[in-house]
Amino acid sequence: MLAITDLRKSFPSPEGGRAEIVNVSAFALAAGEQLALRGESGSGKTTFLHLIAGILAADSGKIAIDGVDMTALPEPKRDRLRAEKTGYIFQTFNLLQGYTCLENVLLGMSFGVGADRNRARALLERVGLSARLNHFPRQLSTGQQQRVAVARALANRPKLVLADEPTGNLDHKHAGESLALIREVCRENGAALLLVSHDEEVLGRFERRRDFAEINKISVLR
Amino acid sequence: MTLPLIIYRSLRQHALSTWVTAGSIALACGLLMCVWVVKTQSQSAFRDTATSFDAVLGARGSKLQLVLNAIFHLEASPGNLPYSDYEAIRRHPAVKTAIPIAVGDNLRGYRIVGTGVELFAQVEYASGKKFAVQAGGKFFGPENSEAKEAVAGSFAAERLGLKVGDTFHPFHGLAYSEKEQHADLYTVVGILSPTNTPADRVLWIPLQGVQRMSGHDPKTASDISAVLIQLRAPAAGIMLDLLYNKQGNRLTLAYPVGTIVGDLFGKIAWFDRVLTLVAYLVALVAAGSVLASIYNSMSARQRDLAILRSLGARRRTIFGTVVAEAACIGLLGAVAGLAIYFALLTVVAGVIRAQTGVVLSVTAWHEVLVICPVAMIALCALGGVVPAVKAYRTPVAETLAPLS
Repeated sequence: MLAITDLRKSFPSPEGGRAEIVNVSAFALAAGEQLALRGESGSGKTTFLHLIAGILAADSGKIAIDGVDMTALPEPKRDRLRAEKTGYIFQTFNLLQGYTCLENVLLGMSFGVGADRNRARALLERVGLSARLNHFPRQLSTGQQQRVAVARALANRPKLVLADEPTGNLDHKHAGESLALIREVCRENGAALLLVSHDEEVLGRFERRRDFAEINKISVLR
Repeated sequence: MTLPLIIYRSLRQHALSTWVTAGSIALACGLLMCVWVVKTQSQSAFRDTATSFDAVLGARGSKLQLVLNAIFHLEASPGNLPYSDYEAIRRHPAVKTAIPIAVGDNLRGYRIVGTGVELFAQVEYASGKKFAVQAGGKFFGPENSEAKEAVAGSFAAERLGLKVGDTFHPFHGLAYSEKEQHADLYTVVGILSPTNTPADRVLWIPLQGVQRMSGHDPKTASDISAVLIQLRAPAAGIMLDLLYNKQGNRLTLAYPVGTIVGDLFGKIAWFDRVLTLVAYLVALVAAGSVLASIYNSMSARQRDLAILRSLGARRRTIFGTVVAEAACIGLLGAVAGLAIYFALLTVVAGVIRAQTGVVLSVTAWHEVLVICPVAMIALCALGGVVPAVKAYRTPVAETLAPLS
């Protein structure tokens, strides 16, 4: 489902030269697999997810999603691939504040499989928000906002869901419930799940987990 | 649904700046269209009115003043000429029709013009259209009639509340003064059907009525103010021009009337140029405010744009959305501009009609009614390009989360 080889990404460093943030020689995720990556803040795990999602261009390497090498695609096709094949759950949810819950999910679909009001409704009902379809994000609790983000991430029936510290903004009780929901909904939709977190409580709920530091061999370049 | 939804939500999120910007566009659009239509319609209406006669003969003076006074019933008369001059030109073989007029009195500000019935019987005020009286009325008698009868122009009758059978005392002079009332009592025998010409603003009486009005100087009782002339052939005007203007020094022949009216617009052209310039400036400022308004909102919207990109929106979709949003503000402004145009033109047309008798049509079609709104929308879309480029360049990952 996801195959990464020799992926590298560096940024200009404040001291001059470039700081390498991601250097992953090999990484793979099977279809429907759920994997948690453990990483401390600043370890490059968000950058890693951004590279996989295609919202950040790699310096070198290959990212194949469902057999398609994303790094070889021009940007418009990469955008299309992202819309169709991946779903992204951000730590801060990144919901569009001026849009209702239903519109947030519909917009997620618009750039992929196409807006399907019935499916958007069904997804929101699935995450327990049937009574909140026309509410704006500011009218929802943090937990409810995250559920909208989950529904949106799954709106295009993605093969891969990327979750960046998805429970980072939730309290202990809601974090557990939310995580269970994400895993369950991904399973129902046949999507692989790659989650990054530094929270041991979260990581402990996954059967498969790895240290990001084990796969990310970074060094400082000049 | 994506594009309209994004535009709608964005416009709603910045409702105040949207409406203020659309308002300034509406003002610019309405003003531009109004200036343009008033200019073209009034020029054409004045020229159409002027085409009834080829020339005007009057006392020595300004040709423009003569035309404005005799045909448009504006301005003061440059002076009088003896009746014999009228008879001389009437008999001239090049002249088809010669109509004498005499001015110098008014009724509450509306001019009283003495003339002969030939004006109504022989002259077409527009191609194929002759003067007619409304039902229940009639024209007054022949030129030498001593009957104190009057035919009121439709606009004057409406404003003065005159109807057939009403009587009035004329007032001396072209400007109304209560103290200047004549003893003569006139009866309205007819109301002219609307002609949409300056004739609508006039009260017409027999020529001798003005000449022999009580209080007028008996020595000038046979004088007239001007002669309205139709020629048998336009080229004859050159000959008459030579006769009266070059060889003679007592009278003025205003010929050709169309050119003289054109000169009038040449003299006041600076006014509509200034108005047009103001409207262009307002349009530019409006387009600039579209640019500034959307550009300023970009910082606040960058996160939204980055989210849309993360959902799969292409850069060109984001670019197009911002340009379309600017165009929508232009569209709102253009629609409101049409409303402003109609309101403004209604007022301006009313003023022009009251002042000159020339009627402008508020509902008449003019291509500027399409060109101007389309140009404004295009200008706004152009104003949207700069913020659209900024949106296009939004760095998604950087905007959505700090790099770890």
